[in-house]
Amino acid sequence: MSDLEQLKEALIVGDWKTAAAATRAALDDGVAPLTIVSAHLMPAMDEVGRRFECEDYFVPEMLLSARAMKASMEILRPLLASSGAQPVGRVVIGTVKGDLHDIGKNLVAAMLEGGGFEVIDLGADVAPELFIEAVSMRHADLVALSALLTVTMGWMKTTIEAFQAAGLREKVKIMVGGAPVTQQYADAIGADGFSDSAGSAVALARKLVAA
Amino acid sequence: MNPLRQWLASGPLITDGAWGTELQARGLEPGAAPDTWNLTHPDRVEAVARAYAEAGSQVILTNTFRANSIAMKGDLEEINRAGVEISKCGAAGRALVFASIGPTGKMLMAGEITSEQARTAFDAQAAALASAGADALLVETMSDIEEARLAVAAAKSTGLPVIVSFAFDSGKNKDRTMMGSTPEAVAAAMVEAGADAVGANCGVGVEYGAAICRRLQAACDLPIWIKPNAGLPKVEGAAVRYDTTADFFASHFAALRDAGASFIGACCGSTPDFIRALVKAAHS
Repeated sequence: MSDLEQLKEALIVGDWKTAAAATRAALDDGVAPLTIVSAHLMPAMDEVGRRFECEDYFVPEMLLSARAMKASMEILRPLLASSGAQPVGRVVIGTVKGDLHDIGKNLVAAMLEGGGFEVIDLGADVAPELFIEAVSMRHADLVALSALLTVTMGWMKTTIEAFQAAGLREKVKIMVGGAPVTQQYADAIGADGFSDSAGSAVALARKLVAA
Repeated sequence: MNPLRQWLASGPLITDGAWGTELQARGLEPGAAPDTWNLTHPDRVEAVARAYAEAGSQVILTNTFRANSIAMKGDLEEINRAGVEISKCGAAGRALVFASIGPTGKMLMAGEITSEQARTAFDAQAAALASAGADALLVETMSDIEEARLAVAAAKSTGLPVIVSFAFDSGKNKDRTMMGSTPEAVAAAMVEAGADAVGANCGVGVEYGAAICRRLQAACDLPIWIKPNAGLPKVEGAAVRYDTTADFFASHFAALRDAGASFIGACCGSTPDFIRALVKAAHS
C-alpha cells in the first residue's frame, strides 16, 4: 500500500498514529501538502461521512476519524499557510445562546475541517453578537448554528435577525442543524441551508460557499 | 430482599411523565436550567410532582437531571437536596421518589472530561440525593456505556437501589444509542456495573419501546425500566408540539408489560394525562 493509500485508510479506520506517519512519509516523497488535503484527506472524510449517513459508523468511529484527520492536519497546516494555499471556505460555528450541548457541533466542526474548511469554533452558549463579531473580524463566508433543544432553537432566529440588523446578512451564508431542527424551520427563519447530520453538513457547506 | 423486587412484587409500577415541559407550562423560561427552580420556585416544582402523584404515578422522579457539576453551575448540593425534598412533599407518601441523575453532556472518549472528573461529579450528586432521602437513584438518558458505568458506581456507593436507563435513538431501527451500543451490549455492561434495573428512556417514540424491552429482558435478569417520549417534537412557528396523544401512548401499555417492562412511564412531551391513561390501561 502506498503512503497515500495508507493515509486514507488510517483516516477511515481512525488510526491517528498511522495517519501522522503516512502524512510525513508522503511529504518526504515530495507530494504537495495541498494535494494531500484535497486528493486524500477530503475523500477519506467524505467516506467517513458516508458511513455515518448509512449508519455503518456511529459517533465513536466518527470521533476517531476526526482525531486521525487532525493529526494529519497539524503537520500540514503550517505548510499550507506558508505556501499561501486558501481553504475551501472560512466558517464560524457555534451552539446558540442558552444551549450548552456541543457534541453535534463538535462533530460538524471536525467534518468541516476534514472537508478543507478553516473552522472558527466559538463553542457553546454563543450570543448573537459574538457570532457577528467573529464573522466581521475573521471575514468568514459561512456561519453554522447548532441547537439541541426545542427551547433554545429560537435563538437561531434571533441570531439571523441580529445579522440582518448589523447589515451583515448578505455577506454570509447561514446554515443550521441539530436534533429538533427541520428544513421547514430553517426555511421559516430564513437560513440558507439545513443539514440533518455531520456528514451531509460538509456537502451543504461546499454548496453554500460555491453559490 | 432487594427493595426493588419488593416494590415490584405485585406487578409493574407506573412511573411519571415529563418535567421540563410541565415546568415550562408553569412559566420556566426557554433555555433556563429547570433544576435551579428547586431553589427559586419550589412551589411550582412541587406542583408538577403533585400532579403526577395525583394522576396515579407510583414512582416519581426529581427535578435534578442536570444538577451535576459538569453539566451546570450553582449550589448543586442544595439544588439536589431540595429536588428530593420537593418530590417527597408532592408525593406525600403516595409514590416512591427515585432521584434523577442525567449525563454530563461531555464526551469521555473525545477527552473533553476525564473519568475522574465525571466520577467526582456523579459522587457529589448521588451523595446529596441520597442524604435527602431518595428511595432509589435513577441514572437516565445515557448514551455512553463508560459514562453510565461511572454514574452507576457513584450511585451504588450510597447503598440505594440503582436503576440505569439509556436513550436508544440512533441507527436504522432506532435501537442503538448515539454511541452505537445495542440493548444487548448495554444490558451486559450494566449487569457487570452492578445496576439493580436497566432500561430505556427518551428515544423516538412509544412504538419502539416494546422491542427494546424484549431485547433488554432477553439479555439480562434485571427488572426493566421504560419511559419513551411522546414522539418527536414538531415545530410550528414558535410553538413546539408533540404528536402522540395520551390514549395512543397508553394503548401500548399491554405491549410494554408483555415485553417484560416492570416500570412504565413517559418521557419528553408527556403530561399527567398520559399517566392517567396508563393507570387506566393497567387496570383494564
